[in-house]
Amino acid sequence: MATATQVQAQPLISIEKLNLFYGSFHALKDVSLTIPEKAITAFIGPSGCGKSTLLRTLNRMNDMIPGTRIEGSIAIGGTELYSNEVDVETLRKKVGMVFQQPNPFPKSIYDNIAYGPRLHGTRSKQQLDEIVETSLKSAVLWDEVKDHLKRSAFSLSGGQQQRLCIARALAVNPDILLMDEATSALDPISTLKIEELAQELKDRYTIVMVTHNMHQAARVSNQTVFFLNGEVVEFSDTEKLFSNPTDQRTEDYISGRFG
Amino acid sequence: MSPIFQDANRQQIANRRRKDVIIHLLFIVATSIGVLALCALIIDILMDGLSRLQPDLFTNFPSRKAAGSGMKSAIVGSIYMLIIMLPVSFILGVGAAIYLEEYAGKNRFTRLIQLNISTLAGVPSIVYGILGLTLFVRLLALERSLLAGAFTMTLLVLPIIIVSAQEAIRAVPKSRRDASFALGATKWQTVSRSVIPSSISGILTGVILAMSRAIGETAPLVMIGAMTYINFLPTSLKDSFTVMPIQIYNWISKPQLEFKELAASGIIVLLALLLIMNFSAILLRNKYQKKY
Repeated sequence: MATATQVQAQPLISIEKLNLFYGSFHALKDVSLTIPEKAITAFIGPSGCGKSTLLRTLNRMNDMIPGTRIEGSIAIGGTELYSNEVDVETLRKKVGMVFQQPNPFPKSIYDNIAYGPRLHGTRSKQQLDEIVETSLKSAVLWDEVKDHLKRSAFSLSGGQQQRLCIARALAVNPDILLMDEATSALDPISTLKIEELAQELKDRYTIVMVTHNMHQAARVSNQTVFFLNGEVVEFSDTEKLFSNPTDQRTEDYISGRFG
Repeated sequence: MSPIFQDANRQQIANRRRKDVIIHLLFIVATSIGVLALCALIIDILMDGLSRLQPDLFTNFPSRKAAGSGMKSAIVGSIYMLIIMLPVSFILGVGAAIYLEEYAGKNRFTRLIQLNISTLAGVPSIVYGILGLTLFVRLLALERSLLAGAFTMTLLVLPIIIVSAQEAIRAVPKSRRDASFALGATKWQTVSRSVIPSSISGILTGVILAMSRAIGETAPLVMIGAMTYINFLPTSLKDSFTVMPIQIYNWISKPQLEFKELAASGIIVLLALLLIMNFSAILLRNKYQKKY
């Protein structure tokens, strides 16, 4: 449940007048918002509204799409993401991501978790063992898999695979965790587990999630941003956005009149 | 009969079913012709060649007299060529495939290269022989050596390796690359730790099949002049050499019956080698597929 208290945390991410183009398509229009630290921020809106696009600018995954152009400011802790100070490898280490479909590597459970730390130079077996254990514990998967870490990640159920992907993202010690419709491919029970996990993780990580499911946003997030056609229509505390929206379009969307 | 089924057009259904049976039989015939032809070939060769399939064949050099004549130099030549060709064509072919799939921009130039590679895969092998003769034998002055032969064969199999490796790489889901990049991997880390391990069984299968194609090829080597009587083992890369299919061709073109039998036994050895290679390709594929 979203708490009734106001979000007190410091803004960690600040976005100002951000415009993003895919070729000639104007995908994000003058987006300005702040995302608080150690809280869950949900992006909602109909398909193609730009919520995933904005999420993917936070770890610069859009860089890989040819023809992408960005204007405006997007900063984490005051540092511009598209400046020379930021190298994309470090950024993605600090800003982890979980995708729509669970996408474990065709490797063992252990090697999936160790993949990230190994990329960044951790070699010692003892250190890796430790990281694997703490990451799996953080993702509440340890008890289910601790006896068969050498087994293929594909032997896990869909929900377990998604928690494995969360553990894999946590293994490189990020500050921010992006979840791109991370539960849309899962059954209701697995979804619930991921939501509970997100609640636990928000004490240690800043979580930004994109969701198609408004109820999910209402259940788990502290702050909600409503997107429409590449614009931010409204962003405020989740409580307020769902009980007393200021914009008519928000009200129409959350009451199911479109989308 | 219940009224629900009354409007069934029995005649039309009977016609459709008959067509079904006829087509089914046609496919069986099509398959059988291929299988029967192969069986006939194998039985014919076995009948001719089994009597000659003796240690002499492997331990003796070819000679003017059929009795005691062997194909030691040809077997060793084929194996040496394979040993040189395998790493060279693997590195060049898989490297090109990785470049085209992972690094090259998706533009007109890339598509042009792609079209050319696909076309090269279908170019007659004798053309590669002419290229090898010009480039390696004459221009690089490698003469009629093992090295020139292996390089020529490498050119021949490169397009096949590139195309099959590209297909294997393309089959790796994008989500797996995303997962790697999202953890902070560089391009090469993603390629080497995620893309290649995911596609290695397909890549290796393609490489082995290309190698077995090369082992059976004669024309390009005839062209560059491996068509000689060799009664020694090559000791350096610049030595002249011969290979199994050429030895077989030599024997088969002689009038005496004994040499025909020798040729048949040579074919048995070559077929066995091809079978082993193709079988190992299947084993490799299964091994990597089962693992995860």
